[in-house]
Amino acid sequence: MEELSLNILDIAQNSVRANATQIDITVAELPEQDRLVITIADNGCGMTPEQVAHVEDPFYTTRTTRKVGLGVPFFKMAALMTGGDFSIQSQVGKGTLVKATFGLTHIDRMPLGNMADTMCILMGCNEQIHFSFTYQVGEKSFCVSTEQLQQVLDGVPLNTPQVMEFLRGYIKENMDLLSGGAS
Amino acid sequence: MKSLAELQALRDSMKDKIGVRDDAEGNIRVVVGMATCGIAAGARPVLAAFTEEVSKRNLQNVTIAQTGCIGICQYEPVVEVYEPGKEKVTYVKMTPEMAVKVVNDHLVNGNVVTEYTIGAKTL
Repeated sequence: MEELSLNILDIAQNSVRANATQIDITVAELPEQDRLVITIADNGCGMTPEQVAHVEDPFYTTRTTRKVGLGVPFFKMAALMTGGDFSIQSQVGKGTLVKATFGLTHIDRMPLGNMADTMCILMGCNEQIHFSFTYQVGEKSFCVSTEQLQQVLDGVPLNTPQVMEFLRGYIKENMDLLSGGAS
Repeated sequence: MKSLAELQALRDSMKDKIGVRDDAEGNIRVVVGMATCGIAAGARPVLAAFTEEVSKRNLQNVTIAQTGCIGICQYEPVVEVYEPGKEKVTYVKMTPEMAVKVVNDHLVNGNVVTEYTIGAKTL
């Protein structure tokens, strides 16, 4: 994966498969602590302590199509190689919280990349799931949620291509405003 | 600067077409594989190219969706096109440029882009 936003898209698919109805994604750039913190929280089926212990192992997967599961190991590696941290908290029946911390200015930190595409796909292609996305830079933040969008849309589906195009632009412009255009 | 007020205007322009979109026979479903294998191979820009082109051409009868691992990871990005009454078409090793051609040739004009399909590729 060349961008952290691709890892986020990938990890969020686990939440989708866990039958979550609410998925909250946050990306916080904290220049004062020189940290970038990414969290993906869901209310899906959760995992047993044993599954949590296994999930960071590339040779563990719940799929039957093949024998490797690389999503979580990729994300963990991306965090650890920048002097960061990685943790998964999960409870069966309650949900899962994935948290990755990166050295914000570390030379090996991959760029966040196209987060607007990631959120546009997640929100547009999973109409039955409520998503929220918060992007924070220092003290300032931008938040968008499917509930907020559906209220305006009043029955027009989020997966209408024209609506997804709007969403992509809306998220990108608001993020650029906070980050100064460089992600 | 895009605002939610703009979304409201978009909603009003779409609203009268919704009924048509849902019931229309010939509603085409485009499904992009979006698991680790697909994402790493470049599925996200492919899906984005589909929504962009469909939106640009203002097509009303196309739904774009994602799915998990289809099971042929070495062919990712994989895109499946479902049309009522027709056999499923599976496109493999897709790029955003190929996606634009699939929208124009297949979705708009009904001509399957045979050279992009799984049957045409040998590995």
